[in-house]
Amino acid sequence: MSILLEGISKAFGSKVVLDRIDLEVREGETVAVIGGSGVGKSVLLKTIVGLLEPDAGRVVVDDQVVTELSREHLYELRRRVGYVFQFAALFDSMTVKDNLAMGLRRIAGMDAEERAHRTEEALRLVEMEGYEGQLPGQLSGGQRKRVGLARAVATRPKYLLYDEPTTGLDPVTTSVIDRLILKMDEELGVTSVVVTHDMTSAYRVADRIAMLYDGRIRFTGTPAEIQAADDPIVRGFVEGRPELMQESTA
Amino acid sequence: MFRAMNGVWGAPIAWVGRSALGTAGGFGQFGRFMARVGRSVADTRTWSAVVVVQMARIGVSSLPIALFIAAFTGIVLALQASYTFTGAVPLYFVGVLVGKTMLLELGPVLIGLALAGRVGANIAAELGTMRVTEQIDALETLAYDPLAYLVVPRIIAGVVMFPLVVAFADATGVVAGWITAINLLDLSTPEFVRGLRLFFLPFDVTYSMIKAGSFGLAVTAIGSFYGFTTRGGAEAVGRSTTQAVVVSSMLILVLDAFWAVTLL
Repeated sequence: MSILLEGISKAFGSKVVLDRIDLEVREGETVAVIGGSGVGKSVLLKTIVGLLEPDAGRVVVDDQVVTELSREHLYELRRRVGYVFQFAALFDSMTVKDNLAMGLRRIAGMDAEERAHRTEEALRLVEMEGYEGQLPGQLSGGQRKRVGLARAVATRPKYLLYDEPTTGLDPVTTSVIDRLILKMDEELGVTSVVVTHDMTSAYRVADRIAMLYDGRIRFTGTPAEIQAADDPIVRGFVEGRPELMQESTA
Repeated sequence: MFRAMNGVWGAPIAWVGRSALGTAGGFGQFGRFMARVGRSVADTRTWSAVVVVQMARIGVSSLPIALFIAAFTGIVLALQASYTFTGAVPLYFVGVLVGKTMLLELGPVLIGLALAGRVGANIAAELGTMRVTEQIDALETLAYDPLAYLVVPRIIAGVVMFPLVVAFADATGVVAGWITAINLLDLSTPEFVRGLRLFFLPFDVTYSMIKAGSFGLAVTAIGSFYGFTTRGGAEAVGRSTTQAVVVSSMLILVLDAFWAVTLL
């Protein structure tokens, strides 16, 4: 059971965002996809769960070809995938508890008592007990991200996809979110893809890092390997030195 | 010569061509959207859980504004009828005019236009905001069909509740016209009722309800379409909301003429 992307291409109008991307995320592994703003990291994540359809290529999740699934089978697969959105995407008219219950209501045979238990469990996991009755508007940015994570894990998924989980957070809250990502991996044994441009965060949470550049995967390796990379584009990005990248492309 | 003509007419012709293509493309996009909504109706488990809430929001919450409009329309109709008929037509014809006009035209159309602003704008803004804040994507990832959860219940609520709201508005307009007639005009209750019953046909009520139902469909479907297909940020939500109100108001007037041609 893994996530496999084979030859994924995606363009919006004349702008090619993904160009024949190949990437494998092995079972139990956490892969961070890094890259600058607008290189298509979120697009890549959305193709994994079928929110965007690639123009070419195959996405395989849990031994199922996402691009070939019917709507019903796609929804069935999504019950095994948790998705943490960049800005949490909480339903703003619902309380925290109702936000978490939304995904649980789609699980056949689950009664209200079991839903309440799962909601409590997920909130405990992200250290947000006592916030059940709050509306998203009453929470801070970090708290909303934690509730978004709780909503994603409440259904006990096999896969977790994180879209910029630490963007816009202060260093302390970033560290808390990173710790939660590691905790999800350890306690739930999930396979994860973390899209980020925060290198500190990527080094902390990832088993492997894939760098997306100019529509292609420029580099794949462990955190130690990427830090030792010779490629000036990779070094320029991870060290925050744009002059290296400019020299390389000049 | 052609070059000279091209210089003068080129830009307007290109504009007409672009507008025609844009309009045709918009119709096609709306048609595909409605076809997908039609398929989502089969997902009864999803929409049945929220349809009553939408009926309350679209129907019950719209009653105060609808009754307010209807009451003042009834008053004005009675006074204008009296002003028009003086000396030439028996005054009990005030009842005819108030009843017929409220049922056949002003009840459904005025309430439809008011609700295009209230309900259509609300739907477009809410769904547009949900789209740009990725809440619709979140529904997808939680294994919900967003059309079944967000659009189908709103359209069903519109088709069911608009006729109910218009029925109350029709009645309110007639009552307001009657109160005006007996208090401000030289007309008694039996005379007003005589006028009201003179040309009344049960079909008038059916006609009013058919129009209201079609307006409910137009307002909720157009609002949902513009909201659901919003792309961008806050500005795009504002644009979708305006388009929803303008297009659904125009569609109400087109449907009004359509029903008059086909049913009367």
